[in-house]
Amino acid sequence: MTEKTPVPVFPSEFVDLDPFADWALGTEAERYAKRLSSTMDQLQALYDAAFPRLEAILAYLDGLELNSLPLEATRLLWLAYSLVNASFPVEVWRQPRVPDSGAASMEAVIEPAV
Amino acid sequence: MPHFEKPAEGSWTEHYPELGTGPVSYEDSISPEHYELERKAIFARTWLNVGRVEELARPGSYFTRELQAAGTSVIVVRGIDGQVRAFHNVCRHRGNKLVWHDYPREETSGVCRQFTCKYHGWRYDLQGACTFVQQEPEFFDLDKSRYGLVPVQCEVWEGFIWVNIDPANTTSVVDYLGEFGAGITGYPFDKMTQVYRYRAVVGSNWKLFIDAFAEFYHAPILHARQSVAEESRKLQGIGYEALAYQIDGPHGMVSSWGGMSPPKDINMVKPIEQKLHSGLFGPWDRPGIEGLDPLPPALNPARSPAWGLDSFVFFPNFMLLIWSTGWYLTYHYWPTSYNTHIFEGTLYFVPPANATERLRQELAAVTFKEYALQDGNTLEATQMMLETRAVTMFPLNDQEILLRHLHRTAREYVSALDSDPTNPYTPVPVPAVS
Ligand code: FES
Ligand SMILES: [Fe+2]
Repeated sequence: MTEKTPVPVFPSEFVDLDPFADWALGTEAERYAKRLSSTMDQLQALYDAAFPRLEAILAYLDGLELNSLPLEATRLLWLAYSLVNASFPVEVWRQPRVPDSGAASMEAVIEPAV
Repeated sequence: MPHFEKPAEGSWTEHYPELGTGPVSYEDSISPEHYELERKAIFARTWLNVGRVEELARPGSYFTRELQAAGTSVIVVRGIDGQVRAFHNVCRHRGNKLVWHDYPREETSGVCRQFTCKYHGWRYDLQGACTFVQQEPEFFDLDKSRYGLVPVQCEVWEGFIWVNIDPANTTSVVDYLGEFGAGITGYPFDKMTQVYRYRAVVGSNWKLFIDAFAEFYHAPILHARQSVAEESRKLQGIGYEALAYQIDGPHGMVSSWGGMSPPKDINMVKPIEQKLHSGLFGPWDRPGIEGLDPLPPALNPARSPAWGLDSFVFFPNFMLLIWSTGWYLTYHYWPTSYNTHIFEGTLYFVPPANATERLRQELAAVTFKEYALQDGNTLEATQMMLETRAVTMFPLNDQEILLRHLHRTAREYVSALDSDPTNPYTPVPVPAVS
């Protein structure tokens, strides 16, 4: 996972989140896979950086039309989805995976376009 | 000391005396022979929900469903006339599967003007009529009008599409869904078109996952860690009691309190929920659409101010959960063998107006998945040990009434098939499982 993301990644007010650009992933499958392949330190770092910014992120995005977001704003929304996903290991499980879920998986087969 | 009033008989279970109160055998979930009987007696004879009309947006929209338990694959398609129809997914020439993409065992969907067989190019219109036969004069007195696709009974109720494989079936979907169906008619399902669907291959009998979703007795224990510690301790101390249980024919329902929308004390919920005002029960704010107040009469039957959700088990394999917060969830359980099935959970919300609403729905959907992974992870472990037959009879408590009813109903369908020599429907024999 070393894909190079073009600059600017996020709207300029959110340049502080650039180190987490690789969490701006457009599908649940990608976000969940990145969660499972991350360490708790990495998940905690994402959470610590993005959680305090959540209100600002929403205030910014709510000023835009949800169905025609510019690319940087879309990435910001995707990052917020990753924060939601990572909140479970950080706030609840203390491990990336749901405990005792073993090889069980649940695949997102339909999800919203945006 | 019950927190919620039970029927005069003293328990929900005894209110339905035919259910009995004794320990229950789970042989019906571990026997390959019994499963083969269930396929014929249940899946090949009852109405099965296969989706929603929104999935067929315009004439020519279609999807296929692999109904392995019913022994077929069906095409569901919206015709030129706007009508939704279903057909066995088989070409009348030499039996090729008509609609599939890349992998013959996988479901597919799309939009088309007609169906063309990949093998020799026979064509069928959206109403199922055979319209083209390659090198037609080579055949012997072939009358195309007698080679249309084989129809499957198909009806739409409140936007839900149902099929029934049994050509001898004479019960309409509305009649089949009974009091519960009638009592939720009018709910604004059609306004909830923002969809998330999750699918899992599960190593258990199909009924075991319904069991897991048809009782909340497990919730304070299995899902303990999903609540903040203090709240979790409190929930375990109290245990779980539903507001009400009801049974109507083969179907059942449980009405539950909860929802915490908003919670009495904000510290009862996790930080992400505090920030987003959403969680397992969905976004705390109800969407501003018509049809949620008043609700259809079958919802919140106890008329409790603490109402959180109603969960309907429509026999055999469809569950519908309607939440007080104004969204709904469906579960489908598609058996693939006596000890495996495919689970689908689909969440339906009113489309979000902005990013905040969108993110609230995302949290609800992700939370659903975390819970469902917990619910699912016990199933293989249960199946394994049931199959040892080291223990064969199991006590079910009053909060597990819907499980008692589900297994009893499934057994009744099987014995009805056995004892019904006039049954006009003779299913194709299924090869024995070795
Ligand atoms: S099997 Fe379909 S055209 Fe021959
Ligand atoms: Fe559960």
